[in-house]
Amino acid sequence: MLLFVIFGSWWLEFAFKIRVLRRPRLLFMAILPVSIVFLAWDAFAIQQEHWTFDSAQILGIFGPLNIPLEEYLFFIIIPIAAVLTLEGVKVVMKRFSR
Amino acid sequence: MRLELTYTDITVYALILSVLFDMFITRNSLLATLRFWLSYAIIVPFQLITNWWLTSREIVTYNPVEIIGIRIAGAPIEDLIFGFALILAVMSIWETLLKKYSTTRA
Repeated sequence: MLLFVIFGSWWLEFAFKIRVLRRPRLLFMAILPVSIVFLAWDAFAIQQEHWTFDSAQILGIFGPLNIPLEEYLFFIIIPIAAVLTLEGVKVVMKRFSR
Repeated sequence: MRLELTYTDITVYALILSVLFDMFITRNSLLATLRFWLSYAIIVPFQLITNWWLTSREIVTYNPVEIIGIRIAGAPIEDLIFGFALILAVMSIWETLLKKYSTTRA
């Protein structure tokens, strides 16, 4: 079910991809440091039970630090979606300023 | 082992760190730009939809002890702050990288 959400945001990205992204290395460099920090937070929150996942509704594949695969994907996909949104907004703003 | 650090606490720290990072490390001050807030305005409704989905189906459950108790679209208000900090940090680095590398490429 979580995957469903991930695909929900995936779409959005495709819509913007046409206009913008051709710089996977830059994107990777922007996302990696932030994702590492937030995944550390996620690991802590899971360990402390700040939040819990319904085991019947996740894939059940866990990466390092007991973090579900979906969470790893989240911290890749959401930042990409954010950058795409920002770049999309910039394109639209430029059009309006002309 | 339980540490006395709630979800609320961490979100506040994350928000502060993220804002300071954007102001003084990358020096982009995205918070002062229209493009950031327009982007955020687009992102938030989607976050609310997915938050609602994840919490109403109980895919994710937040420990009531760890949050302040205010909920928007099913998820704790802390989650919105978390998302804000995440997005701000990523966008801030992204813009710095663009400045650094796009001039040489374009």
